Amino acid sequence: MKLAVNETVSRDDLPIGEDGPLYTAHKKVHPQSVCGTFRTIKWRLMVVCLGIYYLLPFVRWRRGLGAPDQAVLLDFPNRRFYFFFIELWPQELYYFTGLLVLAALALFLMNALGGRIWCGYLCPQTAWTDLFYAVERWVEGDRRDRLRAAARPMTVERAAKRVLKHAIWLMIAWWTGGAWVLYFADAHTLVRDLATFQAPAIAYIWIGILTATTYLLAGYMREQVCVYMCPWPRIQAALTDEWALNVTYKCDRGEQRCSLKKSFDLRARGEKIGDCIDCNQCAAVCPTGIDIRNGAQLGCIQCGLCIDACDVVMKKIGRKTRLIGYDNDVNIRRRMEGKSEVFKPVRPRTIVYASLISAVCAMMLYGLLSRTLLDVSVLHDRNPVAVRLSDGSIRNGYTVRLLNQRTFDRVIAIDIDGPPQTSVHVVGVDSVTVERPMIVLARDTTTELRLLVTAPADDKSERSMPLRVRVTDIGLGEVASATDHFIFP
Amino acid sequence: MTDHNDFDRISGRSTTGHEWDGIKELNTPLPRWWISTFYATILWAIGYWVVYPAWPLLSSFTTGVFHYSSRASVVNDLADLEKLRGEKMAVLGTSSLTEIETDPALLALARARGKTVFADNCAPCHGSGGAGAKGYPNLNDDDWLWGGSLDQIQQTIRFGARSGHAQAHEGQMLAFGRDGILKKDEIATVANYVRSLSALSTEANFDAAAGTRIFADNCAVCHGENAKGNQELGAPNLTDHIWLYGSDEETLIETISYGRAGIMPAWSGRLDPITIKTLAVYVHSLGGGQ
Repeated sequence: MKLAVNETVSRDDLPIGEDGPLYTAHKKVHPQSVCGTFRTIKWRLMVVCLGIYYLLPFVRWRRGLGAPDQAVLLDFPNRRFYFFFIELWPQELYYFTGLLVLAALALFLMNALGGRIWCGYLCPQTAWTDLFYAVERWVEGDRRDRLRAAARPMTVERAAKRVLKHAIWLMIAWWTGGAWVLYFADAHTLVRDLATFQAPAIAYIWIGILTATTYLLAGYMREQVCVYMCPWPRIQAALTDEWALNVTYKCDRGEQRCSLKKSFDLRARGEKIGDCIDCNQCAAVCPTGIDIRNGAQLGCIQCGLCIDACDVVMKKIGRKTRLIGYDNDVNIRRRMEGKSEVFKPVRPRTIVYASLISAVCAMMLYGLLSRTLLDVSVLHDRNPVAVRLSDGSIRNGYTVRLLNQRTFDRVIAIDIDGPPQTSVHVVGVDSVTVERPMIVLARDTTTELRLLVTAPADDKSERSMPLRVRVTDIGLGEVASATDHFIFP
Repeated sequence: MTDHNDFDRISGRSTTGHEWDGIKELNTPLPRWWISTFYATILWAIGYWVVYPAWPLLSSFTTGVFHYSSRASVVNDLADLEKLRGEKMAVLGTSSLTEIETDPALLALARARGKTVFADNCAPCHGSGGAGAKGYPNLNDDDWLWGGSLDQIQQTIRFGARSGHAQAHEGQMLAFGRDGILKKDEIATVANYVRSLSALSTEANFDAAAGTRIFADNCAVCHGENAKGNQELGAPNLTDHIWLYGSDEETLIETISYGRAGIMPAWSGRLDPITIKTLAVYVHSLGGGQ
C-alpha cells in the first residue's frame, strides 16, 4: 500500500495484518540504451580501464639478469613487488600505505568536486556491470524487447539467446579471473602452464573464485552491490556539502511536470508549466532503476546516463538541454530566487584535499628518489650490553643487517666511528684487512652479521658514547650508515 | 510488535513502530538474497557440529566425522618441520665446527638453532644472553676456564665439568681453611697477594714476601707460577680482570677457605650431537671464542 505525499491515513483504515514484507524481492532493472556525452565518456573509460586490467601483465620491463622482466608483478614467494622502474621489498610496504592514503584523498576530492565520480565512471562494479548490460542488450535486445520477452512464455529462441548471454558473461568473468592471477607470476609462463594444465592448483582456484564473483556481481547482483553492500555511498553522503556538484534534476525548471501536448495550451493560458514532460526516459536508462527526479539518493551512482537521455528528449522537443545535469541545491535555490548560478570548485575543503594529496605525493616521491639500494641497520646487544675482557678492555656486540637491493654481488667495507682506538671484528670473517673488515654482499638479499667492537679500558666519565657503523661499496662508492651507542659497564 | 501498521506520511512507507523524539524508523526490509544467505550460514554452522568436535559429553566430547584434533595437528606440523629441517641439519652434522663457522649460511643456521637451544637449556644458569652470574661464567668474554676454542667448548658442553660423567672436566679448588691446610692469617695474606697480581689495592701492612711464598707452595701447582691459570684443570687466570666469584678480599678469603666446585652438567645424551654442535658454534660466536 503506497500513499501519496501528504495523504493521511488512520491506522484503523489499514488492511488487517499488513505488517510489511519480511524481505523485499529483487526487482530486476532493464535499463534502456542511450547515446550522448556521458555515455561516450563511459565507453572510453571502460575501454581504458579494462584494457589496462587485461593487458598490463603482458607488458615487459627490462631489469637485468636474474630479475623478472614483467612490468607489474607481485612476487609473493620471493617477497618482491615490481612496478615498472620501482622494486619494493616487504619492509617498504609503507609505499602501499601511501597509495591507499592517496586513493582515499582522491576519492574525497572527487566527491567534493563532482559527487560520485568514482561510482559512476571508475568503480570496477560499474565497469563490469556496464559491460554485462552491453552483452545483454546485444544478445537479448533493448529494454522494450527484454521487458516484452520477460512477460511472455519461454520459447526456444529465447532460451538459446539466454544460454548465449550467460556463455559470454562466463567467458568475460573467466577472462577477468585469468588476468588477475597473471599479476602474481610471470604472465607468459603462466598462460602456457594454464593452457597445458601444469599451473599450480592455487592459480586455478583463484581463477575460479574471481570468475564466480565477476559473474555473480556483474550478472546478478549489479546495483544491489551499491545499495546493500558498498560502504562508499554511506561515507559519501556524510562527506558531501551543498557546493559539491551532483547529478541533479533541476526541479526549479522541471516542475510543474506536464505532458508536451497539454503544456502548449496551459502555457498559452499563462500558467507556470515546467520543462519536464514526464516521459520517464531518465528512469528508463538508469542502471540502478531509480528516478533521479526524487532527488539525491543512495541508489544513484551518478553515471550521468539520465543526463544523456533527458538531453535527447529536450533537443527533440526544442527545449533547452541539461534539465538534468551536474548541479547543486544552492543553485536551484538561487535560480528560484532569480539570482545567477554560482559554482565554487575552490573552497576550503577542496584546497585541503588537494594540498594533502600534493603533500603525500611529494613525500612518496622524495622517499622513492632518495632511497639507497644499500642499507644498514644496527641493533645493540641487549644482554649483555657490555663485556669486560680479561685485559680490562670493553667490548660491545651488535647485530648488523645489511641490505643489497642491487642485482649483483658487491664488496663492502665496514668502518666504525666511535670511541677512540676501537677495533672491530666480524664473527666468522677473517678479513684480509684487519682494521677495516670487508665482506661480500650477495645480490638482492639481506645479510646479517655479528659485529664486535672493542675499546681499550679507560676511566671514562661517560657511560655511553655514540657509535656510527658506516658501510662503503668498494666499487660504486655508495655509502650507508646507522648510529647506535657504545656502552661502558 | 505493537504499532507495525503505522505509516510514515511523508514517504508513504510503513514504519517499524520504533519512535525516538518523534522520529520514526522506516521499515526497510532486507533483500531476499540477504535473508537467504543469512539462513544458509546457519545451516552451514550446523555442518560444523557434524564434522568437528562440538558437544561436551559426561566424560568426553563428540569428535565429529573428521576426527579433527588441534593437538594431533600440532604433532603433524612439528613432524613436518623436523623433516624440513632434517636436510639442513644433516649438513651441520657432516661439517666440521670450523667449516660451519666460516660458511655464512651454515653459521646463520647454527646460530639460529643454537640460540633457541641455549635459551631452553643454558639460560637458567648462564643468563639469556650468556652474560653469566656469580659462579656461572660469562660466555661473552675471552676468559675460559676449560678453553675457548670451538672444540673445547663442544667438549665442555658434551661432558660438563665435575658432572659425574666419565669424561667430564675434573679440577678442584681445595678448601684451604676448612681442611686446615692454611691458617687464617696466611689465607688473608695470600688473598692480598692474589689481589696484587692484578693491580688491585692491598692492605697496608700486607707481607708481600710471605704471600709469594704461600702462593708458590700451595696455589702455583694448579694456577701456575705466574698465576696465569691452567685450562687442563679449570684453574682460572688470577692476573686478569675477570673474577667468577668476585675479587674483593672477603670473597677471596671465602674462596680460599672453603674452595669452589661449580658444576656444569653433561649434555651429551640429553641433546643430540648436532644440537650440541650448534650450541658450541653459538657460544663461540658470542664473541669470546678463540
